Amino acid sequence: MPTRSMPRILLSTFCLLSSLLAVPVLAGGEVNIYSARKEDLIKPLLDDFSKQTGVAVNLVTGKEEALLQRLQSEGVNTPADVLLTSDAGRLSAAQKAGVLQAVQSKALMTQVPASYRDPAGYWYGLSVRARPVIYARDRVKPGDLSTYEALADPKWKGRLCVRSSDSVYNQSLVAGMIAHHGEAKAEVWAKGLVANFARPPKGGDRDQIKVVAAGECDLTLANTYYLGGMVTSQDEAEKQAAAKVAVFWPDAKTTGVHVNVSGAGVTAHARNRDNAVRLLEFLVSDSAQRWYAETNNEYPVNPAIPPSATLKAWGEFKADTLNVAKLGELNAAAVQVMDRAGWK
Amino acid sequence: MEVDSPHRQPLFRWKRGVWARADRWSLLVVGVALALALPVLTVFVTALQPPGAVWRHLADTVLADYLWNSVSLMLGVGAGALLIGAPAAWLTSIHEFPGRRWFEWALLLPMAIPAYIIAYTYTGLLDFAGPLQTALREWFHWTRRDYWFPEVRSLPGAVAMLALVLYPYVYLLARAAFLDQSVAVLEVSRSLGAGPWRRFFAVALPMARPALIAGVSLAQMEALADYGTVQYFGVSAFTTGIFRVWHGMGDSAAAAQLAALLLLFVFALLVFERLSRRRARFHPAGNRRHRPARVALRGKRRWLAAAACLMPLLFGFLIPAGQLAVWAARTAPQVLDGRFLQLLANSLLLALGAALLILLLALVLGYGRRLRPWPLTRLAVWGAGLGYAVPGTVIAIGVMLPFAAIDRGLDGWARQWFGVSTGLLLSGTLTALLFAYCARFLPVALHGVEAGLARVRPSMDDAARSLGAGPRAVLWRIHVPMLRGSLLTAVLLVFVDVLKELPATLILRPFNFNTLAVRAYELASDERLADSASFALAIVLAGIGPVVLLSRAIGRSRPGYDAVP
Repeated sequence: MPTRSMPRILLSTFCLLSSLLAVPVLAGGEVNIYSARKEDLIKPLLDDFSKQTGVAVNLVTGKEEALLQRLQSEGVNTPADVLLTSDAGRLSAAQKAGVLQAVQSKALMTQVPASYRDPAGYWYGLSVRARPVIYARDRVKPGDLSTYEALADPKWKGRLCVRSSDSVYNQSLVAGMIAHHGEAKAEVWAKGLVANFARPPKGGDRDQIKVVAAGECDLTLANTYYLGGMVTSQDEAEKQAAAKVAVFWPDAKTTGVHVNVSGAGVTAHARNRDNAVRLLEFLVSDSAQRWYAETNNEYPVNPAIPPSATLKAWGEFKADTLNVAKLGELNAAAVQVMDRAGWK
Repeated sequence: MEVDSPHRQPLFRWKRGVWARADRWSLLVVGVALALALPVLTVFVTALQPPGAVWRHLADTVLADYLWNSVSLMLGVGAGALLIGAPAAWLTSIHEFPGRRWFEWALLLPMAIPAYIIAYTYTGLLDFAGPLQTALREWFHWTRRDYWFPEVRSLPGAVAMLALVLYPYVYLLARAAFLDQSVAVLEVSRSLGAGPWRRFFAVALPMARPALIAGVSLAQMEALADYGTVQYFGVSAFTTGIFRVWHGMGDSAAAAQLAALLLLFVFALLVFERLSRRRARFHPAGNRRHRPARVALRGKRRWLAAAACLMPLLFGFLIPAGQLAVWAARTAPQVLDGRFLQLLANSLLLALGAALLILLLALVLGYGRRLRPWPLTRLAVWGAGLGYAVPGTVIAIGVMLPFAAIDRGLDGWARQWFGVSTGLLLSGTLTALLFAYCARFLPVALHGVEAGLARVRPSMDDAARSLGAGPRAVLWRIHVPMLRGSLLTAVLLVFVDVLKELPATLILRPFNFNTLAVRAYELASDERLADSASFALAIVLAGIGPVVLLSRAIGRSRPGYDAVP
């Protein structure tokens, strides 16, 4: 390698690199987003927003905690105007860290029900995910199922598959248990659940659904949009697996099905505050809410918007009315409960 | 060119002792090393807080698991990489058998596959709901309780996955060492009647020990830093623990303390490596330019050798890449769009820029240490090498915090004196990202540079210096041309590593900037494995070119050792 010219090679590489970063500026100004939602799950909506308003949207995705850390360490100079997350707990953590500001907007208040937003307006839910029981049609009678609590019953020994307690979905579910029953009871329940595991926890929600379909276990807990993704999948095997399982909505007579939201808040030091609020309002508008339902197989936060045909097929359910902010507060306690229960 | 002759006075002499000896090279080395150690130092500083209540909880519940799993992973991957890499290197470098020329480079291919991606593909194939077990059940009308099948998502599974993609480090360094060994010694031992096994165990292996240990420790450090594979397999190791404490319990101090504990393992590894290298310093002696014959294997042995080389290639590359290709063929039309070329360009340019930058830094550090082998410079270079075993996320946070502090400081200063805000100059830029790559991957390049420099006899430097060349001239005009092979190896290794890198990229990248690895991860973590395959395959394909070049570079590093037809 002609190493003499290395500085020159380096320089030209950097010039090329920086040319990659040229960002088109639209007439309507811009809005910058830190998103813990994957690009595919939000970008199409953002493109629509740009088209309608002329506001350029700049996006960087990542994991919740890393984005929160980035916001915190950047302080007043942060370029981010909006923090988007896939879990309400993380939004309340961001609020506590002081990186969000309260927003009062009539559109947001009317479109988003009270249990799906922060009472003071620091963040708003955008879409709802539900975590019901999913069971094998040929091996489980829905009549045998009732509540989350009943899953700890020894009759399900060796018949239950659940993913790892590293998953925020399970952490949030256990946080809900703690909110309703207290830590001690939640731990007893978690121990019972662990005793019923057919195998050590591993893989994601789709993996659990697939092994239920294949017969390694009889039931699991999974978010509905994963099942929705399998029903509409291009992959024949996934479609067939989805056909072998069914959804059971637990806790219909008690506290209701465990739900959580994806949501967003405007950052404390947003430079494009008005555009940020406009974006939030756009995301809860009827057309955007319909997109969540049709494309992502999520439930809209706005109860007036009907869910997609796929979701309708699973029937209606009673959602837990606990404010989702509570789940965030109890998340750390939930992780410890799961550690003590031996939930890997 | 200004010449810094050995007789020149040191730059600083206001104080006796250490400072009196400080000159441009030693300051440069210490400065660069300190900067690169910044992320790791940040972790330690963050960890310097009284342990909170979380520790009690961890000690009571999961800490023993983390320890056991991480240590098992480290030892298992080290052993696996050695058992696959060293024999393969021995066979391809000294022997002749069917397919040898082809295996020489093909055995490096698994390096192009990110560990978490091989984990996904094998899970897809071997899991209970996967095609293999489903077929078995259908053929034999079995149900779950009728048969036993090895569980891929387990600790042994994680060891196997990581060993399969990390053995090339051992192979690469061992091969370079075997090719470099004095042929005379091997021929003498042969003429004295030592058989092939004896030559391998009693002569070649001990002589290659520094290279083998370097390769194994690189593989072990990668294994310790792995997050994607263990997380997907549900194996609770230190890395998953760090995330759990940080994300799940929101306790960043305890997370930093766990990371610091992980670093202790790395210390131990590095100390062990240095110690074992200290006693073995070989500078090849004598004429290497004569042409020895490869040992041609005969009969059954030829095919055994070929089979031994085929196994790691089959399991480490052909099967996973084949699975990716099958998935990609089905999903590519839906997921590939205009953004694909942009992703590819981003990935390649980023990897190239980082690789060149890191090579430059490694040269400065490696050469500076040779030039000024003082305890301080040695310690500094050693400290700069810690980052490799630190999970990318931890490095990223270790970059983010000090950079943000620098930005705040500059901004405050500019506001105070000029009444303007400079905003963020470093945070959220490619500079931050490149810096993180440097902190993490420098050891990869440094290993290569140092191994190369060690093979240049010090008498060469002395000769050049006595003819009036300064240290810089010696580096550029003597070492760099002589080390061409080692340097190319270093650049290519870092290139492939950066291409695969995910966590630091994910955290530090600027707005609207994605890479192939980020895209593959986003789809895979959304549990769309088949959709992510096109991007994963693109990473693998982009890595193959450098890997082939790599093998050529080593082949050429032994002049006169052309293949015997």
